Amino acid sequence: MKKTVKSVTAVLLAAVMMTGVMAGCNGGGDDPKVLKIGCMGPITGENASYGTSVRNGAQIAVDEINAAGGVNGMTLELVFADDEASPEKAKNAFSSLMDEGIDVMLGATTTDATIALGELTQQENMLQVTPSGSGQDCTKYDNAFRICFTDPLQGTTMAEYIYNTMKKTKVAIIYDNSNDYSKGITEAFRQKFTELGGQIVPDAQSFGKDDVDFTAQLNNIKNSDAEAIFIPAYYQKVSAILQQADKAGLDLPFFGCDGWDGVLNQLGDDKALAEGAIFLTPFAANDPDEAVQKFVKAYQDANDGATPDQFAADAYDGVYVIVEALKKANVTDSTKIDNDALIQAMTQISVKGLTGDMTFDASGEPNKSAKIIEVVNGEYTVRK
Amino acid sequence: MENFLTQLIGGLNVGSIYALIALGYTMVYGIAKMLNFAHGDIIMVGAYTIFVAVSSAHVPPYLAILIGIIVCAVFGVVIEKIAYKPLRNTSSLTVLITAIGVSYLLQNLSLLIFGEQEKSMPALFHFDGLMFGSVRVPGETIITLAATVVIMIALTLFINKTKAGKAMLAVSEDKGAAELMGINVNRTISLTFAIGSALAAVAGALYASSYVYIKPTMGAMTGIKAFIAAVLGGIGSIPGAMFGGLVLGIVENLSKAYISTQISDAIVFGILILVLLIRPTGLLGKKRIEKV
Amino acid sequence: MKKLLNKKNLFYLILTVVVWGVLFALSEGRVLSYQMRNMLVPIGVNIILAVSLNLIVGFLGELALGHAGFMAVGAYAGCLLIKTMSGLPPMLALVIGMLAGGLAAAAIGFVIGLPVLRLRGDYVAIVTLAFGQIIVTLLTNMKVTGGASGLKEIPMEANFTIVYIVMVVTVLIIATLANSRHGRAISAIRENEVAARSIGINITYYKMLAFVISAFFAGIAGVLYGSNLGILIPRSFDYNKSIEILVFVVLGGMGSLPGSVIAATILTLLPELLREFSDYRMLAYSIVLIAMMLLNASPRFESVKAKLNWRRLWALLKQKLEKKPNKA
Repeated sequence: MKKTVKSVTAVLLAAVMMTGVMAGCNGGGDDPKVLKIGCMGPITGENASYGTSVRNGAQIAVDEINAAGGVNGMTLELVFADDEASPEKAKNAFSSLMDEGIDVMLGATTTDATIALGELTQQENMLQVTPSGSGQDCTKYDNAFRICFTDPLQGTTMAEYIYNTMKKTKVAIIYDNSNDYSKGITEAFRQKFTELGGQIVPDAQSFGKDDVDFTAQLNNIKNSDAEAIFIPAYYQKVSAILQQADKAGLDLPFFGCDGWDGVLNQLGDDKALAEGAIFLTPFAANDPDEAVQKFVKAYQDANDGATPDQFAADAYDGVYVIVEALKKANVTDSTKIDNDALIQAMTQISVKGLTGDMTFDASGEPNKSAKIIEVVNGEYTVRK
Repeated sequence: MENFLTQLIGGLNVGSIYALIALGYTMVYGIAKMLNFAHGDIIMVGAYTIFVAVSSAHVPPYLAILIGIIVCAVFGVVIEKIAYKPLRNTSSLTVLITAIGVSYLLQNLSLLIFGEQEKSMPALFHFDGLMFGSVRVPGETIITLAATVVIMIALTLFINKTKAGKAMLAVSEDKGAAELMGINVNRTISLTFAIGSALAAVAGALYASSYVYIKPTMGAMTGIKAFIAAVLGGIGSIPGAMFGGLVLGIVENLSKAYISTQISDAIVFGILILVLLIRPTGLLGKKRIEKV
Repeated sequence: MKKLLNKKNLFYLILTVVVWGVLFALSEGRVLSYQMRNMLVPIGVNIILAVSLNLIVGFLGELALGHAGFMAVGAYAGCLLIKTMSGLPPMLALVIGMLAGGLAAAAIGFVIGLPVLRLRGDYVAIVTLAFGQIIVTLLTNMKVTGGASGLKEIPMEANFTIVYIVMVVTVLIIATLANSRHGRAISAIRENEVAARSIGINITYYKMLAFVISAFFAGIAGVLYGSNLGILIPRSFDYNKSIEILVFVVLGGMGSLPGSVIAATILTLLPELLREFSDYRMLAYSIVLIAMMLLNASPRFESVKAKLNWRRLWALLKQKLEKKPNKA
C-alpha cells in the first residue's frame, strides 16, 4: 500500500506543479488598433517547407498592407505557431495563439491540422481562412474558407484535361497511399476518368510514406499498355519517381497536380527528366504578371533569395482576402469584431490575387481558375 | 515472365543493400550480444559524408566513398566506446534503450545540420546498365550486386583466415575464455564495430546511387528492414544475413508487384513474426540454450 | 477492508478530490490560460500511457516498442463505437467507448503476447515494433478507419474531469497490482526468468497478465486521445509515438510510478512552454535516453541516488516541518 500512496502523492504533486506553472500565463491586454492574424503550419518535421512558405508569404502581405497604412486605421500583426502538420499539435498551437489574443485565423497549412483546427475556430466562431488545406472537410463549418483548390477538383480537372485535351485513354497512376491529399486526388481522378470512358491501367499503384524504391510500381506500369502516367503526389516523391522511371527505361508522358510545384528545383541537374510534364497549379513564380513578379522579388529579398512556391502565394492571397473581408464588414476596432458579420462579408468580396481572381461561396470554396503548366526547356511554362 | 524477371532484379538490388546493413547488425550481435539500433543511421552518416565530399568539396566519387567508409568506421568505434562499453554488463533492456537514443541522436543531429529537405546525390557511378534479351538491368543494380558479392567473400575469408577474424569468432563464442587465451576483447569489439559501420557506409553509397535522394531519416526504415533481414537469416550468422537480406528484398518487391503495393510492409513484418514463432533463431541461426 | 479505509488513505482520497477541485475551478474560472486549459487532457492521457507502459518496461523488464499500436487499436475501436452511439448521452457513450477500446487493445495485447512469450529480450522489442508498424499500415489502408485521411467527426467529449478520474484509477490499479503478490512475481521475472520459473512462478501467465493490462490502459488512453481531438490519423501512432512514451518511462525511472507521472507531466508541458525550441526537442529526448542509461549503470550515480531517494527526501521534509514549530 505504501507504493500506492506514493504514486497518488506524485499525481497530486504533479497537479499542483502544473497549477504553479500555469498561473499567470494569461495573455496581456489587447490593443484595439492592432489586429492580430493567427497563422499556423509545420516549420519543423518533414513538412517544414510548407509552413515556412506560408509564414513567409503571409508576412510579405502583412508588411505591404502596414506600409500602405493598414486596414481601417488598424495595423496588422502576424502571429505564427508551429503545428508540425499534426492535429494534436494544431490544437496546442491554436491555444497558444488564443493566449496571444488573435482575432482571425489564417491556417492551418496541411489538411489534417486544418480539420482539427476547424473544430476549435468553430467553437470560438472565428473567421478561418486556410491557404492550403485542400481536403474536402477543411471547410466543413460556416466560419471556414480556403484559398487553394480542393483535392477532388484537381482530380476531375486533370482527368478532363488528360482525356479531352491530351486524348489519352489509358492512364497509369502512382499515388501516396499514406497521404490524404494524394489519395483524394486519385479517387476523384479515377472516378471522372472512367466516367469519361478512359481506363486506369494497371490498377492504381500506391506507395507509403517511407518508401524510396518505386521500381516495382514502375515495372508494373511498364508492362501494361498505359499511354501516360498521372502522379498526384508532392514534388519530393515525384522527383524520386522520375529518376527511377528513367532508370527503368519508362518513357511515357507525365501528368501531375499542384504538389509538383518545386519539382525542377528538386531535380537539380536532372531537369530534363521532367521535360514535357504537365501539371496544374494556381501559381508560377516565373509568371510575367506584374503583381506576381513584385511578390517574387519581395519574397526573395526577405528570404535570402528563396523562390516562393504556391503555399507562399496562397498565404499572401489569404491575408488580402481577410483584409478585404475586414473592410467589407467595416471592422475598425480589433476588440469589437462582429464575427458573424465578418464571416458573412467573406461571401460578398472579390479579390484579385496572385493565384487568380476569386470569390467565395457560403460553403467556403473559392471560385477561381487553374493554370496548366508544362515543363519546357527546364522551365515552368503556362500552357494556353 | 519479363515482368517477373525485372521485379526479381529490382528485389535483388534492394536486397543487396539490406544484406550489407544486416551484416553489420549480425556481426555486432554475434560479438557484443547487443542489438545496435543505431546501425541503420550509420548508413545515413555515410551517405551524407559522401554527399558533402562530392558536392561541396568536389572530391572524386571513389575517394568520397573511401572517406565515407573511414568516417563511418570512426563513428562506429566512438559510439561503442562512449555509449555501449560502459553498459556491457547490464541488462539487454538498458543497452537497447541506449541504442535507440543513439539512433535518435544521429537523426536529429543530421536534421539540425542538413535540414529536412532531401538532398540530391550527384551520380557516383557512370555505368549504363545491360540488356539481357528484353530484360534491362540498370547499372546501379549490377554495381550493387557485384559489390555485395565481393564484400561477402572478402568478409568470409577475413573471418576464417586471419588472426583478427578468428579472434572475433572466439569472442563471439565465449568472451571470458577468449580473454584467457590472450585475445584483446575490447580491441576485437572495436574492430567489429568498425567493420560493421564501414559496410554501412558502402550500403549508404549504394543506396544513394540507386535512389538519388537522401534525408536524415533515410536510415530508420531501411535499418529496421535490414534488421528484419538479419533476424530472418538468423542473427549472428553471416551467410544468414546475406541470405535474409536478399530474400527480404525479393519478397518485398514481388509482393508489391503481385499482391498489393499497399500492404507490402505489413507482409514483410508479418513474415518476421511468423519466422520468429516457428524458428525463433531464424532460418540459418544456431539454437542456444539459456542458462542461469 | 479495514486496511483500505485507514486514515492515510482517506487523507489521500480527500487530497485527490481537492486537487481536482482546485484545477477544475481554475480551469472553469478561466484563471488558467487557454493554452494550459488545453493541456490538461493531453497530460492526463500521457500519464496513463506512461504508467501502463511502465508495467511492461519497468516491472516485467521487457522492452515494448509498440505501445502506440495498442493505443491506436483502442482509439480506433472505441471512437468508431462512440460514433455509432449518437442516441446515448455523450458521457455514457464515452465511457462505453473507453471500455470497448480498452478491451480491444487488451485482446490485441493477448495476441501479441503469444509470440512475445516465446521470445527473449531484443526479439521482444523487434516484434512489438513490427506489430506497431503493421497496425499503422492496416489503419492506413482500411476503409472503415478512414485510411490516411483519418477517422473524423468523433464527438469531442473528453474533458479534464473524466481524464482525471481515469488517470487516478489507472495509477491506483497499476500501483496496487505492482505491490501485490502478482506484481512481485512480475518483478521476479524481470530479475531472472529462469530462477523465477524454478521457484514455481507461472511465467506465461504473468507475462500475459502484464501485456494485457498494459494494453488495456493504453487503449483507454487512445479513446480519450481521440475524443479530445475529434480526429484520428494513423501516422500519429507510429514508432515515434512509442518512443515518446518510452522516454516518459525512462526519464521518470523504470519501475517508478511516481516518476512516470511526473515525467509525463513535465515532458507534455515543456514542449508547449518552450515552443521556440521545438527543433531541439527530439535531440534533447535522445540525449535524455542515453544519459539516463549511462548514469543508471554507473556505480557513482547509484550511491548518489541512494542518498536522494523519495523516502529520504520525504523524511527530510517532514523533519524540517516538524522542527519549525520548535524553533518558533
